[in-house]
Amino acid sequence: MADVTTTEINHSGHAPHVHVTPMWIYLTVFFALAVGTVLTVAASRFDLGMWNTPIALVIATVKAVLVILFFMHVIHSTRLTWVVVIASFLWLGVLFVLTFADYLTRAWNIY
Amino acid sequence: MSDITLGGPPPAPHAEEHHEHHHPFLQHHFEDLGQQHEASTLGMWVFLSTEILFFGGVLAAYWIYRVTYPEAWAIGAAQQIWWLGAINTIVLIISSLTMALAVRNAQLGRRMGTVYMLIATLFFGSIFLGVKMYEYTKHWQEGLFPGAAFHWNEVPALAPKVQLFMTFYWCLTGLHALHMVIGAGLLIWFIWRAWKGHFGPEYYGPVEIMGLYWHFVDIVWIFLFPFLYLIHGAHHG
Repeated sequence: MADVTTTEINHSGHAPHVHVTPMWIYLTVFFALAVGTVLTVAASRFDLGMWNTPIALVIATVKAVLVILFFMHVIHSTRLTWVVVIASFLWLGVLFVLTFADYLTRAWNIY
Repeated sequence: MSDITLGGPPPAPHAEEHHEHHHPFLQHHFEDLGQQHEASTLGMWVFLSTEILFFGGVLAAYWIYRVTYPEAWAIGAAQQIWWLGAINTIVLIISSLTMALAVRNAQLGRRMGTVYMLIATLFFGSIFLGVKMYEYTKHWQEGLFPGAAFHWNEVPALAPKVQLFMTFYWCLTGLHALHMVIGAGLLIWFIWRAWKGHFGPEYYGPVEIMGLYWHFVDIVWIFLFPFLYLIHGAHHG
């Protein structure tokens, strides 16, 4: 499980494997999140037509993925944790897609 | 235990292992601290998946009405002070960094480093809640609390729909702030535990899980900020 980006500390055979993320990764992720926040505000100030909303969503999603992978350490998690994390968002997708498939198509017969 | 009652072989082969590795925080139903750590991380993620769907349900309703009443949503977002939301986003990101560093210090066995980073997380979390309280007070005074207290009427035709936007605003930010208050309470307990020296390289799982919760609440805000403050055409300084 050794990784170039982490230091392995294992004091006994029964302790958890400790992946100590280097400081520069935490600081880089923090900087990226701050830049993402500035970009979100900047993008909302321009009239980009239909693109304003997708851009805000993409930036927020990238920020969320950075937090999940690095701050929440999912990148070093067990496969079972990956399954639960991915399944959470699949269920969220089911919630959104099925709900919108109903509500957002109700007015179609009017036009 | 059954060995003894059944008169089987004495538990001598295990005795040495137990003396050497019995960590005070190892629960009896786990083989070792590694298994306990993995189980707790997995369990926390199962809880967070319910949280994702909990906020997801409110957000799905928010989007249905946003698509239905786009002008009212833009006007509603224009009632927010966007730069207060931006400052709070940065404040929360800083608190996530300090939370991540608290976990790192616990992993490295730095007792006071863990304490200081947890205190910093509590500090920035409190600043967020302070700014939120200022915003809530302002909205209340401006008649932007839904129900009998709602007096906003700048665009009479859209007022009921702006009230609907504000209902989502109060529900979403209120649920988020409730999570922050619970997180702040947990942090106070964790600061005490870290100060007592409970955490270290062999046992940092609870700090990690506290971090998972705190980062999740940060992620919710990462989406709430553009959804509630930055709808295009909504800027008035």
